[in-house]
Amino acid sequence: MPSYLFWLFSVIMLVGGAAVIAFRNPVASALSVVACFVGLAGLFIGLSAFFVGVIQILVYTGAVMVLFLFIIMLLDLKDEEKTAKPLGPIAAGIGLVAAFTMQLIGVLSHSPNTTAPALDAQTFTAAATGFPVSSKIAANLLNGKLPDVHLIGHTLFTQYNLPLQILGVLLLVATIGVVVLSKRQAD
Amino acid sequence: MASLNDYLLVSGLLFAIGLAGVVVRRNIIVVFMCLELMLSAANLTLVAFSRFHPAANGLPDYNGQMLVFFVITVAAAEVAVGLAIIVALYRARQTIHTDDLTSLKG
Repeated sequence: MPSYLFWLFSVIMLVGGAAVIAFRNPVASALSVVACFVGLAGLFIGLSAFFVGVIQILVYTGAVMVLFLFIIMLLDLKDEEKTAKPLGPIAAGIGLVAAFTMQLIGVLSHSPNTTAPALDAQTFTAAATGFPVSSKIAANLLNGKLPDVHLIGHTLFTQYNLPLQILGVLLLVATIGVVVLSKRQAD
Repeated sequence: MASLNDYLLVSGLLFAIGLAGVVVRRNIIVVFMCLELMLSAANLTLVAFSRFHPAANGLPDYNGQMLVFFVITVAAAEVAVGLAIIVALYRARQTIHTDDLTSLKG
């Protein structure tokens, strides 16, 4: 990804994130989260993680944030009052961010910096030998394309089969839990 | 080309923004959204490491992206349960301001 695109998406992401805190209206905050996640998906796709980028858009900005908006509108919240804004939490928040950022810069200035390894046709041809010749992954790699979704599916169903099934049970439990929680209690 | 440290810096800043939001904001739904920001910042770190430290065959390390996949799925389940809890809380107390929720205060 060219450098200017990286900084463009980073700025979209960080400005969106900062706007979440700055806006008083929860609906505006939720829409800022959407902007932030769009920038983040751009960064994912720039890192050649196409599947994760698309999932970020579909699941987070598509499903999760719409759920947030539903709940905000269902509860019919009013804006926070303009006056009573205690200085303590704001000072604590700014102090936390300053301390965290200084620590981050300190660590990053000492850690080894690497540039992205090349993902070109030569790498793909070398990697294709690790997969069966007739497979779609090998065919795509030999064509000079990164079969991102195929590789993720391959990893998911060969190395992570048990966690995947546990995840299915978790989603079922979450569904049942939500139904039980949102049922009106009998008085 | 952006380097690994650029990605780590950006994701660290996003995490810091989310942390500040959790501390500063009083509206529990906005606090919840800031938690999502922090989870996404961790996801960005994972994907950056998966790209910059390739597996033995030279392709990106898909174990890192598996972790992102699982984090996103668990986060989706967490959002559903958390918002149901917030709705139940609003029904019981008619408020979602953290300042008004002081039942556990000694």
